[in-house]
Amino acid sequence: MEQEWRQAKRPFAAIIGPPGFWLALFFLVPLAIVWAYSFGRTLGLTDIAITGTLDNYARVMDPVYLDIFVKSLGVAALTTLLCLIIGFPVALAITFAPPRAKAWLLMLVMLPFWTNLLVRTYALMAVLRNEGYVNTVLGWGWDGLRAMGLSLSAFQPLPLLHNNFAVVLGLVYVNLPFLILPLYAALDRLDRSMIEASLDLGAGHLRTMREIVVPLALPGILSGLLITFVPALGAYLTPDLLGGPDSQMIANVIERQFKRANDWPFGAALSFMLMYLTFIAIAGQAIVARRRRARAGA
Amino acid sequence: MRRREPVAPLDYFRRWPIRLWLAATMVFLYAPLLCLIAFSFNESRRNIVWTGFTLDWYGRVFQNGSLLEAFGNSLTIAAVSTLVSVVLGALVAVGLWRFRFPFKPAFEGVMALPIVIPEICMGVAMLVFFSRVIPWPGGMPWPANLGAIIIAHISFSFPFVAVIVRARLASFNRELEEAARDLGAGEFRIFMDILVPHMRPALIAGALLAFTLSLDDFVITFFTAGPDTVTFPVKVYSMVRFSVTPEVNAASTLLVLLTILLTTIGLRLQGGPVASTQGNH
Repeated sequence: MEQEWRQAKRPFAAIIGPPGFWLALFFLVPLAIVWAYSFGRTLGLTDIAITGTLDNYARVMDPVYLDIFVKSLGVAALTTLLCLIIGFPVALAITFAPPRAKAWLLMLVMLPFWTNLLVRTYALMAVLRNEGYVNTVLGWGWDGLRAMGLSLSAFQPLPLLHNNFAVVLGLVYVNLPFLILPLYAALDRLDRSMIEASLDLGAGHLRTMREIVVPLALPGILSGLLITFVPALGAYLTPDLLGGPDSQMIANVIERQFKRANDWPFGAALSFMLMYLTFIAIAGQAIVARRRRARAGA
Repeated sequence: MRRREPVAPLDYFRRWPIRLWLAATMVFLYAPLLCLIAFSFNESRRNIVWTGFTLDWYGRVFQNGSLLEAFGNSLTIAAVSTLVSVVLGALVAVGLWRFRFPFKPAFEGVMALPIVIPEICMGVAMLVFFSRVIPWPGGMPWPANLGAIIIAHISFSFPFVAVIVRARLASFNRELEEAARDLGAGEFRIFMDILVPHMRPALIAGALLAFTLSLDDFVITFFTAGPDTVTFPVKVYSMVRFSVTPEVNAASTLLVLLTILLTTIGLRLQGGPVASTQGNH
């Protein structure tokens, strides 16, 4: 049984006090200041007056910024969908692999996830750029065709880097392990006799997936989707390094307000809008999961 | 001749389309990293055509003073942040596990916030905090000048440690604690001699996670770091912005090796990869 805190005030203070204090001072206070700034106005270079104005939020509704929000949501949704399509068969294979292979596969999926994000993004840059591995190999092939006598113009490298394609590819690349691991956890918990029963009764594999596996594993699948969607929505590094001038996402706009445009109140409003979107996504997942649990209990 | 056995209905792992998909995904995940590692040993600066094996780029890395300094900063920050995060995370986990107190669900919710909010939001919060509220005094001797970054890293790491430790505490038999108390052990003694040994695997896993999170972090550090407090990811970022060079490949390879080493040590400490997937009770 849990102990009532009043029965042991001193141990309670000693245990909860330090982390509570840390969280309040070094997390909640900074967030609260940013929140207050979002209702402020810049005066001169460094002063910010908190006037209670809603101007910053009104500016977020400006088509330029609204477009970026819509685009970021779209990119994050597309990334999550692609991760699901790629990750589901992988998670399925890991779930039904023999124990030794399973341990190794899990290691292989986890290792990139532990590897530095910047290193992974950089590795992708080296693959995609004009002088990168893909374009070099394609160039050799092209030259080979020309050498065989086909009259082709000189090889033009494919524009693979610094565009929206590269951003989505990069986000899928860095976030894929985030989805595979929860998917595996969800599939591994399934009652296998249900799947066997479905197959025995004559349903095909695809139908069994659609009507048995996916509905049963849905809460786990949803939390996996959320774990992929949230970081993709707030991604900064990937669009910054792999994107072009038109691939800005919310985080890049926020960075610009704070580091270059020096419009902190507007940046603060943008970052709180991003945070609210994150909370909405989390709440949505929680509501769906609860509704399913209620239905399962009924 | 095991391979000749017919594929059982649920043997998805042995169906060829799934195997092909699995192999393709692994190539997708690993090919860029393997290319990066391979070309860090390439003689040519152009980074594409293999012209011969060399360790020159590693030599360059070890002569690059600012890169080494950044690497040292990163390791120092990660070490201090891990130490504090493990202590704070374990305290939160024990507190939430042991006590009933008012507003507990709210406290738990706030504790999860650093895990769920976008990194950029936390980054700007730290930027504002350390430039307007508590300006970190400039020109402090190393490693005190890293204080702001260390504080920021602890703030986002210790809730992760708390989650891991709390999951472990769920399997603790509370009667052990009561027995120790009946036998006359004080609060501190119970904590150190009964709870800490039980939490040990979770503390190791949490420490490993906190260390990696700290070493990996770019966004929050980017907003907290000053010109004289550059970490490895921030340094690599500034190098990468200009061009792809074998020197960055070499530095990245060293970091990947460090990651593999840390992961292996972590898995060993928890009883090997097989045991860690099957639970270690």
